[in-house]
Amino acid sequence: MKNIKILGSGCANCKRLEAMARKVVGDLGIEAEFEKVTDYAEIMKYPILSTPGLVINEKLVSAGRIPTEEQIETWLKE
Amino acid sequence: MDNSLTHPAKQNQLRIIALLALITAAWFAAYNLIQPLADWISYSALHLTKGSHLGDAIAFFLYDVPKILLLLSGMIFLISILRTFFSPERTRALLGGKRQGIGNVLASLLGIVTPFCSCSAVPLFIGFVESGIPLGVTFSFLIAAPTINEVAIVMLFGLFGWKVAGLYILSGLIIAIIAGVLIGRLKLERYVEDFVWQMQSTGGLQEEKLAWTNRIERAWESVKEIVGKVWLYVIAGIAVGAGIHGYVPETALVGIMGKQAWWSVPAAVLLGVPLYSNAAGVIPIVSALMEKGASLGTVLAFMMSVVGLSLPETIILRRVLKPQLITVFIGTVALAIIITGYLFNLVL
Repeated sequence: MKNIKILGSGCANCKRLEAMARKVVGDLGIEAEFEKVTDYAEIMKYPILSTPGLVINEKLVSAGRIPTEEQIETWLKE
Repeated sequence: MDNSLTHPAKQNQLRIIALLALITAAWFAAYNLIQPLADWISYSALHLTKGSHLGDAIAFFLYDVPKILLLLSGMIFLISILRTFFSPERTRALLGGKRQGIGNVLASLLGIVTPFCSCSAVPLFIGFVESGIPLGVTFSFLIAAPTINEVAIVMLFGLFGWKVAGLYILSGLIIAIIAGVLIGRLKLERYVEDFVWQMQSTGGLQEEKLAWTNRIERAWESVKEIVGKVWLYVIAGIAVGAGIHGYVPETALVGIMGKQAWWSVPAAVLLGVPLYSNAAGVIPIVSALMEKGASLGTVLAFMMSVVGLSLPETIILRRVLKPQLITVFIGTVALAIIITGYLFNLVL
């Protein structure tokens, strides 16, 4: 069971990132729970300077951009 | 074992380079074909008369739309490649330990090349002040980043030439530096929301190593994103501009937007605030207005106001800034824009 968090307050890229992560999770057939973090005080608990951010099992793996599906796949398999 | 030509990564790299060369060649061919094609369609295929209102307006539209869209795609690609070498994390590291003054200049320059979205203004603000970067220096960055807008640079270059594009960048830098220094001098730290100071300083994501193919792929992504967002405004703006070009008489605007009308600069700034993010649609109209007698300082002030005084960013920043500091922020930026506008009207 993976815990996936999308950091960012509702920007268009946050939604695209979430959709992409959900797709990769579906493709890989793994179980994961998704959480949208929009509160800045919560977001800033991670070492982030620009949104959207992607957190997998409490580890920030990407910030400020939308990664590729392959990258998300690699992070999910770690 | 590692035969370099059959290696998948190498193959991928070759394919991207070949594709890039092909696109570049097509770009130059298309760019050189626009003028003859626009003339041919307007004057030969549509049988419009050269010099007539309608003929000129249509030729202008058919020439400017493909030209600006091609310039946008090409130059945004190059700018995006440059931006893959910068990140907010690196900018923060570069600004760390810099004093007021030199810090403001550096922050404004980095504001041009660092990838930035106003939706990230809050994490960036917190991350900067938390790591000890002075408030004024942080503001210089936050003003320069949206004000010196890549779409605006390209469109000014395409419609006015490199001198005006250069003046725009220069005035954006001056505004960001002056406003940042002023805010720094006023010692307004107490007007930053308290929770910001209570946050733990965080390290920042480790930078990844990028190959050239990654940079090209990322730049291509941002071209699609940016051009996809603005192309409709570009076409609408050029259509209105073409109408003005063909139908409004010369010197019609000297009285209201010329140098003699002292109130035109502040009025232009006020008018620009609600037009946020429509730089793409506004510039072609402004370009046509200038032909009819509007002065450059007024036009530049208007441009700066459209991109620099953005309502959404202000609302977002309210989360970390108390109302007093928001007011000072908007006030100093508006004042700096007005001064720059008068300055250009005076010297040009």
